[in-house]
Amino acid sequence: MSEPGAEPSIRVAALTKRFGAVTAIDNVTFAVTSGELFGLIGPDGAGKTTVLRVLAGVMAADSGSVQVGGVDVVAYPEQVRARISYMPQRFGLYEDLTVDENIRFFADVFEVPRRVREERAARLLAASGMQRFRRHLAGQLSGGMKQKLGLTCALVHAPKVVLLDEPTTGVDPVSRREFWQILYGLRAEGAAIVISTAYLDEADRCDRLALMHSGGLPYCEAPDALRARMPGAMVEIPTPRARAAREALASVPGVRSVLMVGDGVHVHVDDARKALSDLERALAQQGIEHTGAREILPSIEDLFVALLGNAAAAGRKAGAS
Amino acid sequence: MSEQPPMIRVEGLRKQFGDFLAVAGISFEVAQGEILGFLGPNGAGKSTTIRMLCGLLKPTAGRIHIDGVDVAADPDALRKRIGYMSQKFSLYQDLTVRENLRFYGGVYGLRGAALESRIGYALEMSGLTAHPETLVSALAGGWKQRLALGCAILHRPRILFLDEPTSGVDPLSRRRFWDLIHDLSTEGVTILVSTHHMDEAQYCNRIALIDRGSIVALDTPGQLKRRSLGGELVRIECASPDRAMQALAALAQVRDVAVFGNSLHALVDNAADAAAAIVERLRTRGIAAARVTQIDATLEDVFVRLVSANHGPAGTGA
Repeated sequence: MSEPGAEPSIRVAALTKRFGAVTAIDNVTFAVTSGELFGLIGPDGAGKTTVLRVLAGVMAADSGSVQVGGVDVVAYPEQVRARISYMPQRFGLYEDLTVDENIRFFADVFEVPRRVREERAARLLAASGMQRFRRHLAGQLSGGMKQKLGLTCALVHAPKVVLLDEPTTGVDPVSRREFWQILYGLRAEGAAIVISTAYLDEADRCDRLALMHSGGLPYCEAPDALRARMPGAMVEIPTPRARAAREALASVPGVRSVLMVGDGVHVHVDDARKALSDLERALAQQGIEHTGAREILPSIEDLFVALLGNAAAAGRKAGAS
Repeated sequence: MSEQPPMIRVEGLRKQFGDFLAVAGISFEVAQGEILGFLGPNGAGKSTTIRMLCGLLKPTAGRIHIDGVDVAADPDALRKRIGYMSQKFSLYQDLTVRENLRFYGGVYGLRGAALESRIGYALEMSGLTAHPETLVSALAGGWKQRLALGCAILHRPRILFLDEPTSGVDPLSRRRFWDLIHDLSTEGVTILVSTHHMDEAQYCNRIALIDRGSIVALDTPGQLKRRSLGGELVRIECASPDRAMQALAALAQVRDVAVFGNSLHALVDNAADAAAAIVERLRTRGIAAARVTQIDATLEDVFVRLVSANHGPAGTGA
């Protein structure tokens, strides 16, 4: 999305943050350019929220540096705060104010002129399907609507750097799509956006994503480039007897693992073309009825497990965290 | 599966809270050993339905039969047959693994050797055989989740209800969990799962899509993806996706188009026919070298399409 060699809007170098014995961020380095949508993807406890808090200047790191728009966050937190928009997991809406009043409040905080505010608020509310609710109290909105209102408030001053912490958690799928379309509009205006999510299926919506694991960022790439790192390939075989199929296929040469899904199995193989006939044969020998095996695109969850599965298992003491 | 009577039979189930119709008259059946997923956003009526099925909440109207038991007439007979695991994994954090199992075993009326044998089974199943004396508060999320499952099946229930079981756990733990669920299903346990995670639904044999208290579709994940979209989905890789979207919005072959990452997704009647028209339109608008490929629909695509149709004006489907 960005011009090659463009000055990064966000530059993070060797960032580390500890809480007592726990290393929440472990020597993390990355940069995000203007017009880029950067995803921090990982399960609860991976360190996503801590990274965003440090970027927003609301929490100090133990070591490393963070620059936003060329300004050092540690040295000049106030100056940075005026340039960014940070939406924490629980955005501070005023529940006893209306939708319009909330937007106006946040616009005033950031000294947005009235004409600009009205034009921008109208556009954001239209994009999120919320015009009809402008006079409703924020406290009466559903969870998904509150998140959309939070985003509208966070974006009303046209920030150049946007930090969003799991903004789509608990948001229904229709609202979630509206949410992403708003973010793409913002991206087209040249904002640098960092978004965290625990939904791995959202990863494909980012320009670049970082798989976050135990405080580190071992993988940080465009979704397609990351997929290209998948060792082997995924094959889908629809069958009503998923468990029998798993047993029949687990020992076939070239099979790395077999995952049971609701209407069949997903088989991780070394080489899809070589494996297809072997898989079909193994099922036929056991008399396991199935329809055609075919190669499918690995999901980001497949990648996460293939790339980090062993690290995830080894990283934990047996039974205890 | 068709010879036996259904393990769960629900007819015309309704629940009204004041003016609010939480469950709007739903009917469905679940066969023994089947895994049925209730997929829908928060507030769609999933939890209310499950609470009625467990006998915790009285329906406004409708009938529920579970394992031949009329839930309204005989709630006590029901309780022995069902297990329930909530997303909060109601474990006692300041008790050990074994103490939690012993507590839940007692609640279900297990004693003596039978209890010890089931505790042994639950420890093995959850991978905690070596850690019975560990405090639950010291366990990682994936282990807590498997322990909660162990507690829910100590009394060998024939039907298991799971409410958002894997929210927030890491992907590998989630897969291990679903392996256990599939094992239980193979042993004949009937499982009803509620979730708003689209990627969790793929583990279910059939999925009921729930919106505003109604079932808008009920089928296998594969059939839902193949049949419910009413068209084919294509990915369009090109420069300036935002500008390309404007250019394609009015194209006759494109029913819906939206930005998706650094490409576009479009819903079309026929991928092969539409591809040429899309490439040509983009070329005339100065966006060259577009690449169009057909892609598999996701359950989210299906859900958004069906829900939008259910609500009237569509437009966010692709």
